[in-house]
Amino acid sequence: MSDDPLLSIRDLRTVFHTDEGLVRAVDGVSFDVGRGETVCIVGESGSGKTVTGESITRLIRSPPGEIPDGEVVFDGQDLTTLSDDALRDLRGGRIAHVFQNPQGALNPVYTVGWQIVEAIQLHDDADQPTARRRAIDLLDRVGIPEATRRFDDYPHEFSGGMKQRVSLAMSLATNPDLLIADEPTTALDVTIQNQILTLLDELQSEFEMSILLITHDLGVVAEVADRVVVMYAGKVMERGDVFDVFERPSHPYTRALLDCLPGRGDGTGSIGGHLPPPTDPPAGCRFHPRCPHAVDACREGEQPPATPVDGDEDHVVSCVHYEPGGDPSVVRGENGGTVPADDPAADGGRSPDVADDGRPDR
Amino acid sequence: MSRSLLDVEGLTKHYPVTEGVLRNEVGRVRAVDGISFTVDRGETLGLVGESGCGKSTAATTTLRLEEPTDGRIVFDGEDVTAYDDAALKRFRRRAQMVFQDPTSSFDPRMSIGESVAEPLRVHGMRDRERRRRIVGDLLDRVGLDADDMDRYPHEFSGGQKQRVALARALVINPDLIVADEPVSALDVSVQADILDLIDDLQSAFGLAIVVISHDLGVVREVCDRVAVMYLGEIVETAPTERLFEDPRHPYTRALLGSTPIADPRRRGQGTRLTGDVPSPSDPPPGCRFHTRCPEVILDEDYDIDDETWRAVLNLRLRVVGEGLDLGAARRYAATGDEAGPEAVDPAAVKAAIREEFGVPAELADRAAESALSTALDRVLDGDHDGAAERLADAFPTVCRRERPGLVPSDTDLSATEWAAITELRAWVATLADASEEAVLDRLRDRCAEETDREGELDRLAVRAAFRLPEPLSDSDAERTVGAVVDSLLTGRADDAAAELYGTFGSLRESACHLDD
Repeated sequence: MSDDPLLSIRDLRTVFHTDEGLVRAVDGVSFDVGRGETVCIVGESGSGKTVTGESITRLIRSPPGEIPDGEVVFDGQDLTTLSDDALRDLRGGRIAHVFQNPQGALNPVYTVGWQIVEAIQLHDDADQPTARRRAIDLLDRVGIPEATRRFDDYPHEFSGGMKQRVSLAMSLATNPDLLIADEPTTALDVTIQNQILTLLDELQSEFEMSILLITHDLGVVAEVADRVVVMYAGKVMERGDVFDVFERPSHPYTRALLDCLPGRGDGTGSIGGHLPPPTDPPAGCRFHPRCPHAVDACREGEQPPATPVDGDEDHVVSCVHYEPGGDPSVVRGENGGTVPADDPAADGGRSPDVADDGRPDR
Repeated sequence: MSRSLLDVEGLTKHYPVTEGVLRNEVGRVRAVDGISFTVDRGETLGLVGESGCGKSTAATTTLRLEEPTDGRIVFDGEDVTAYDDAALKRFRRRAQMVFQDPTSSFDPRMSIGESVAEPLRVHGMRDRERRRRIVGDLLDRVGLDADDMDRYPHEFSGGQKQRVALARALVINPDLIVADEPVSALDVSVQADILDLIDDLQSAFGLAIVVISHDLGVVREVCDRVAVMYLGEIVETAPTERLFEDPRHPYTRALLGSTPIADPRRRGQGTRLTGDVPSPSDPPPGCRFHTRCPEVILDEDYDIDDETWRAVLNLRLRVVGEGLDLGAARRYAATGDEAGPEAVDPAAVKAAIREEFGVPAELADRAAESALSTALDRVLDGDHDGAAERLADAFPTVCRRERPGLVPSDTDLSATEWAAITELRAWVATLADASEEAVLDRLRDRCAEETDREGELDRLAVRAAFRLPEPLSDSDAERTVGAVVDSLLTGRADDAAAELYGTFGSLRESACHLDD
């Protein structure tokens, strides 16, 4: 086992050619997933988190999709240059996907057992009895009671939570090194979500795999993540250790996301404004039109580079206030939320662009 | 005005399961099975529960979008269940619904102005200019722009469409809005906006709102009171903050414990429920939650911990229910054994069964252990009924034997007494503005229907008609009910209603044997 991360994504760009123009769904995203680690990508719908997950094994349809730039290094191998055949071996082999809707991931006309056996035999020339035994064992390990009896049942005979367990069993069939789970619990009730998250955690240590979990739910992130990647409009706003991100949220967007969780009991603040149009994102920081701390420097040039927070190389944020010469306390609301008079951010800090619009949620 | 705007009592909706050409009824899906709740003017009630618990059916039957199988719905003093078509249309003007998916609740070929104005047209407002003025005002109120009126649904985001849906619900000035998962289809950042808007609109229009949601965070944000549903029943109702700070029913506790908290330091501290929600077509006997409940009461006094008891109970439920899969246990026990599943040692099979259910290899309590191992012996002999009987004898639980009813906390009332009082309350609510004569007539009808007594209308007859034992187990309740009966006998229905809602308006209730 080496020290390099299992998956290393550098400046990944994924674009879609549409009638309305070029959609930059993922626009220069970088992060790592270490061995045995759980990394969560969190963001609103339209932030590019799903496309990021799909770009790793090039699941995106091409055309209209295209990955013009970037590196996806998986265990020392660059996947962006890999042939389609080699990639197909990898998908469902060393890299497995689990999707939000287990209904869609299972074929309604075959028994679940048959489908798992198929997944095993696609990547392994196990004979029928061996494959069957392994499939039953997998169903048992994902917590399906009486796996032997349920082997010959069809997907519609399972509840939503059980179906998600089956599709997990299917993705674990080949003993993957990396599991990419896209909103695996969003379609489930909280009590079932809890079971699946606990199961993921147990399976992770059992199979010694890394998990890349994509979700919009910060509660889920807090429950399972080792590290967090916060995405907004195709860009990474902040990434770091889960404790750092939750306890010292540094990007104004991360802070806003945490503030608008319903039921935190501290009077929810809403972000106001709306995601920028994907074909025509604003210059500078993508979040500046909705940011309460935006200053002139935020509105021009490129998205600010990833800057370490308090010198911590593992916790980086893309915000001008954290760049050399900037003042992070503007965002963090230290000094009681006020800004020293000689700070260039002083006036910008209190006149959010949202006010120009006046109307919420657009 | 002391009366609640909406008083629902014993609401039931069963869907028949039919078979064959003759459509013989072979079963019933008990989607909603006798729920009671009240909603006051200006109050927001939350109905929460997992999918399949019947919360949406409760909403649609309350508004009579679907016909209830049984129960009484009293809206502003009138019995909605007795309405004819014309009265129902009048009722719909006062009670509106907002749905989860804002996209499918609009006609894509109608401008949103037309959509919002449609209820006005349906209810007979012919003046187009006036309609446009009202719609423009309302769009302003929900945070959009009057000029948006001529745009089409696809031009709006999900959150904006939900604003339009709220405007449409408000356009005919209703008293009650039922919102079914109003923010579930929206991003968190937009959810907060819509919840704020609902709050604002409520205070501006003095609305009564029922919010249906699976998300406890949402309910905590907007509701004054919460009713928690499980498999067609309400298991607990309480003022929102009390419910969240001091949940009484084990299911409420489990639901709260399962919600992930956005704080990595509190990771893994939640409770974890095992299993799925049972099917509402065949709900478990007794307390419906007992098949998953972490706090099932064991009648006998054994020295075993809660976790082991839960494991033994799961084993018992399986044996009593669908039966153990002995073949699978044999195969499991035989893994790595040359002899094969048929020749495997019975002790190994028993160990495999215990392992499957997480029951320790030997229970610490001798009596419990002996009962369990006898039962397992019988399973191995193929005597399933004997095993089930042994387990049921040795591990009896009130949770399976008796169905707990809702009981208000801080009173000594029994569940049946409380059910009788809620029924009386809903009945009295229908007497709004009735004359003395009318009250006495209705009372006489009720007595004739429910009792064998002839003629005499007195205290005893009324109490018998409403199945109210005398005296009730709770002295405060007895005083109120006594006064209510006296008021009714003199034809003063409004006094009776005031007494009832004053004492029993919105109490905290829970349905669990732990409270007995």
